[in-house]
Amino acid sequence: MIGGLFIYNHKGEVLTSRVYRDDIGRNAVDAFRVNVIHARQQVRSPVTNIARTSFFHVKRSNIWLAVVTKQNVNAAMVFEFLYKMCDVMASYFGKISEENIKNNFVLIYELLDEILDFGYPQNSETGSLKTFITQQGIKGQHQTKEEQSQITSQVTGQIGWRREGIKYRRNELFLDVLESVNLLMSPQGQVLSAHVSGRVVMKSYLSGMPECKFGMNDKIIIDKAGKGGVTNEAGKSTSGKQSIAIDDCTFNQCVRLSKFDSERSISFIPPDGEYELMRYRTTKDIILPFRVIPLVREVGRTKLEVKVVIKSNFKPSLLAQKIEVRIPTPLNTSGVQVICMKGKAKYKASENAIVWKIKRMAGMKESQISAEIELLPTNDKKKWARPPISMNFEVPFAPSGLKVRYLKVFESKLNYSDHDVIKWVRYIGRSGIYETRC
Amino acid sequence: MTDSKYFTTTKKGEIFELKAELNSDKKEKKKEAVKKVIASMTVGKDVSALFPDVVNCMQTDNLELKKLVYLYLMNYAKSQPDMAIMAVNTFVKDCEDPNPLIRALAVRTMGCIRVDKITEYLCEPLRKCLKDEDPYVRKTAAVCVAKLHDINAQLVEDQGFLDTLKDLISDSNPMVVANAVAALSEIAESHPNSNLLDLNPQSINKLLTALNECTEWGQIFILDCLANYTPRDDRESQSICERVTPRLSHANSAVVLSAVKVLMKFMEMLPKDLDYYGTLLKKLAPPLVTLLSAEPELQYVALRNINLIVQKRPEILKHEMKVFFVKYNDPIYVKLEKLDIMIRLASQANIAQVLAELKEYATEVDVDFVRKAVRAIGRCAIKVEQSAERCVSTLLDLIQTKVNYVVQEAIVVIKDIFRKYPNKYESVIATLCENLDSLDEPEARAAMIWIVGEYAERIDNADELLESFLEGFHDESTQVQLQLLTAIVKLFLKKPTETQELVQQVLSLATQDSDNPDLRDRGYIYWRLLSTDPVAAKEVVLAEKPLISEETDLIEPTLLEELICHIGTLASVYHKPPSAFVEGSRGVMHKRLPARTGSGEGTECPDVGNAAGGSAPEAAPSIIPSQGDLLGDLLNLDLAPPTTPAVLLPLLGGDIGGSPAMGAGFGAAPAVMPASLNAPVGGGLGDLFDLGGGVGMPMGAYIPPKTVWLPAMKAKGLEISGTFARRAGVIQMELVLTNKAMSVMTDFAIQFNRNSFGLAPAGPLQVLTPLGPNQTIEVSLPLSTVGPVMKMDPLNNLQVAVKNNIDVFYFSCQYPISMLFVEDGKMERQVFLATWKDIPNDNESQFQIQDCHLNSEAASNKLQGSNIFTIAKRTVEGQDMLYMSIKLSNGIWVLAELKVQAGNPNYTVSSGTRRDR
Repeated sequence: MIGGLFIYNHKGEVLTSRVYRDDIGRNAVDAFRVNVIHARQQVRSPVTNIARTSFFHVKRSNIWLAVVTKQNVNAAMVFEFLYKMCDVMASYFGKISEENIKNNFVLIYELLDEILDFGYPQNSETGSLKTFITQQGIKGQHQTKEEQSQITSQVTGQIGWRREGIKYRRNELFLDVLESVNLLMSPQGQVLSAHVSGRVVMKSYLSGMPECKFGMNDKIIIDKAGKGGVTNEAGKSTSGKQSIAIDDCTFNQCVRLSKFDSERSISFIPPDGEYELMRYRTTKDIILPFRVIPLVREVGRTKLEVKVVIKSNFKPSLLAQKIEVRIPTPLNTSGVQVICMKGKAKYKASENAIVWKIKRMAGMKESQISAEIELLPTNDKKKWARPPISMNFEVPFAPSGLKVRYLKVFESKLNYSDHDVIKWVRYIGRSGIYETRC
Repeated sequence: MTDSKYFTTTKKGEIFELKAELNSDKKEKKKEAVKKVIASMTVGKDVSALFPDVVNCMQTDNLELKKLVYLYLMNYAKSQPDMAIMAVNTFVKDCEDPNPLIRALAVRTMGCIRVDKITEYLCEPLRKCLKDEDPYVRKTAAVCVAKLHDINAQLVEDQGFLDTLKDLISDSNPMVVANAVAALSEIAESHPNSNLLDLNPQSINKLLTALNECTEWGQIFILDCLANYTPRDDRESQSICERVTPRLSHANSAVVLSAVKVLMKFMEMLPKDLDYYGTLLKKLAPPLVTLLSAEPELQYVALRNINLIVQKRPEILKHEMKVFFVKYNDPIYVKLEKLDIMIRLASQANIAQVLAELKEYATEVDVDFVRKAVRAIGRCAIKVEQSAERCVSTLLDLIQTKVNYVVQEAIVVIKDIFRKYPNKYESVIATLCENLDSLDEPEARAAMIWIVGEYAERIDNADELLESFLEGFHDESTQVQLQLLTAIVKLFLKKPTETQELVQQVLSLATQDSDNPDLRDRGYIYWRLLSTDPVAAKEVVLAEKPLISEETDLIEPTLLEELICHIGTLASVYHKPPSAFVEGSRGVMHKRLPARTGSGEGTECPDVGNAAGGSAPEAAPSIIPSQGDLLGDLLNLDLAPPTTPAVLLPLLGGDIGGSPAMGAGFGAAPAVMPASLNAPVGGGLGDLFDLGGGVGMPMGAYIPPKTVWLPAMKAKGLEISGTFARRAGVIQMELVLTNKAMSVMTDFAIQFNRNSFGLAPAGPLQVLTPLGPNQTIEVSLPLSTVGPVMKMDPLNNLQVAVKNNIDVFYFSCQYPISMLFVEDGKMERQVFLATWKDIPNDNESQFQIQDCHLNSEAASNKLQGSNIFTIAKRTVEGQDMLYMSIKLSNGIWVLAELKVQAGNPNYTVSSGTRRDR
């Protein structure tokens, strides 16, 4: 199991360390600093073995978090734990920075004591941790006996993510379908790979212990329903595709996985407040909101001509926002002249790229930029690697075509029904890694 | 105010000030002081002097202050054991606190204080906490047992905590169950033989129920534990798989990977034609692909595991090539792993896409990555024949870029392509030669030199090219020197007239001016070959080379199986067994995939079900101590690629005198037996039963009747007949020498050629008196098994030379394998069980012995006479199953199962030997 956890700053000074196992010696802290943080070479692996001791690390801004062990631990678990630890810390004190860590070291110690016991991850749900972590939280002596046992049963229980007795005057829930669309396109416009990774994020302000059921236009369910002769919303779907094929999805721990496996229905008792209900991935019939058409011409040894056209490919009534096209330039660029029809374009020498920004763009439009890049003559034999042109944007629809069909809320003990709950649904599609080779 | 203020006090007399603050009456002030102390502790200052003052603050009902004090205690108790005792009372008291959070905190902290004196006091509170009414306390206590075990294992056993811990597996609270499982698994690891995690269908059922309800971490503990279980049959295996598959949709990647591990392992037991098997295969792909959208570090872990999964079951991801395409912003470690998997998945169907990608990668910046990409193009050419042409032209394009390391890497792979497809792409040699000057890495230089030497007849100026390398001969690395030597010799054999001078030059450089023994030896060998027999030299040096294999870097199958059992863990990331990087007893245990069972019957032997669970001990590696070496020797000698070394099977061949039954016996295991082993072995099992022998016949090893080995007409009147026997642990060669000539024979001596089991005469041939005409003498020659070893064909063949005053005569004979069975061949029951499981199916063979009228009892006794020991016996439906072990003189074990049915004269034997890893 996990033998210990060290947090270093960028210089390799230890900010916090906690050792859980006796087999981890004092020199382990230094071994990681010398061999990884101070290593001259670029880090070649997130797992390092130094003298039969294994180190797992992740980096957040310039802070290093390292787990150390001498056993054959579950490596996936260690990284999941490190990410969780970062999440928990972030939810307590925001950004993970040297200053914040120094300002909260007692809290971090207390968290480490509670989240890991003898190197075994225990409970890492911020919601329930906040009920009994004393630093900046509820103080022990103010709890009644009932409260205490409520805390323990929540931490250990079946529904560890929600406490009893939550009350809201207005029962309300917000659903955000957040998708990031990823694309790798060849210079000729051939899609090399494309996928959407999406998340359904829910903010729930519901009283009691509500039972929820979430439905979407998942192909498998719709096909099933169709066969069963039940005609519901699926039948009257008007525009676009009726249903989408989901390659794979994963759920928050509140979702009953066995029920999803057998009936493919998503039912759960939600945590209170904001959380991620599910993640999914699709690869078929993706709407690619933008198409990038690059044209790069080398004119002699000291000049490059670049022309890039972008075309928006969605309903004209919709507006894309925060559009940014990043055109890489060679390292030996000496000057750039840009002309663009829309938006603003700038050569950023420090980033070796031309950055073209457009605030808004409607569907079915196109725009173009052309640039002349002057190069310094070099005798470097190595060719310029021509990194791909990347793009960022935000569109108000789900590029996968996913639609929320319903979210039903049942709470039998309290007297509010599904109709009384106010529900909000929003779709946001963002660019993930959206690249076109040139 | 933030915590950082605690770090700032650096004044003199700081400790003194803190002391005063710690003893203050005000709670807030105390708390602040303890925080300061802990801050100093964090930055490495020694604040142990404050121990008594801090401990004084422990008695408080303020949870926050208490936690702080406990934190301090954990850090310093070990260095101040005497003072730590002061805290014991408060701990014990806190373990009875009405607040469950405090009870748990106390028991948790006490477990972290690794001081012997304290652990004694821990027992009573721990016992109570294990049965506490509050689940939070119980789950903490469960982990505490593991802590205590780490400090003092004996104490935990004596106090009966293990049993209490086992009871917690049936606890109503899922988190308690999960922690109990985690603790038991860890304790069981250090006791490989204990049946601590008594996994049976009932307990498995409980775990599967808890799996649905506990936290993500708990699910990981339970799944990792489940993976150690071996289901009894395919039905149980399937039902567990069905209940584990929903976990594949969990958001936590570790849960997913652990579920994949369980499924990959249990799938082994499912029959391939089962519908469910196909369904399961299909279900595995999407979650694996999803792992690739996780954070980069997790992607890395996932990719390392996928690499294993693809090797074990390529069908799962064969359609998913695209997801392994490298993204520009992937960290380098993800890129390299993806590339590896792309090569493994490359096939005729997707090769065009793969090549286009690889070509793209070859222009990237990272040198390692580019090199790997170039090499990958070569691998594709070798793997997918249809693509070879395109690959070669891509490589040529890359060579045109003149980027130094790209060119070098391309030349190295082109050499392999030449070897795979001879006489196809040699037209590109001219292009390669243009780049001769830019090669500065030994591997590339060696590859280029190899090409020049191999195709010397097509390169007009081959001699000039090689000569140019020769100038700096002593500055080259050994690899290049060796290659250059060989290349010039090849050139000489192809164009002897023009290159005589060159070859002499290189030979003298290699033999006279070099300090490297390898180089010198090779030089001398060539020299002698060339000077004595140029024709033979040609045959040797220009011999046809064996084909190179399609796949490289494949993990050896047994290691792969073990790593599959470790999916998700560090072992799967390093691609090394845990023993390679874990110290102490924990890593020693090897895990295996379960064997496919028939329909619940088959290779079961008593208790195998239990023993084969994760706790089945690896039969100590000493079981086959010499086999590896022996096989290594054998294989080196005949330079063949490793074959399955199941060389021992024929010893169980059928009936007396090689009757037809024997052929059948061999026919049963054609897959494992090299063709060379088909010759009947003189004394098989059938012989050992000795049909004539009745009950109560004296015990003793089977001795085959004497046969004539050397007829008189071939040996100038000397006739030799004989047999082999094992008497009192010594192998004897019993010879009858008859003089059928007219003159007296004297000066007898005997010698053996090298043979499979290293048989050699232990002393001289004792023929003291001259042998007169028509005289006969019986001699018995003791043999040892420590002579030189060489694999013979057939295996039990022995070539003998006998000398007398007239001449030297050669003959060969075959000895019964049974005389090599040693007396201490009785295997430990436990070891037998483990080893039996270890034998890969491929190494097992089955055949029948016909017409044998002994009952199992008598058969067992009889076999024992020949050092075939019965380890266990059981009776199933009127059939007696005997489990037997045999140890050969060279340390190889053979295990056998003998089925005897009352009234049926035919016996069924299944036997196998384990392959050494």
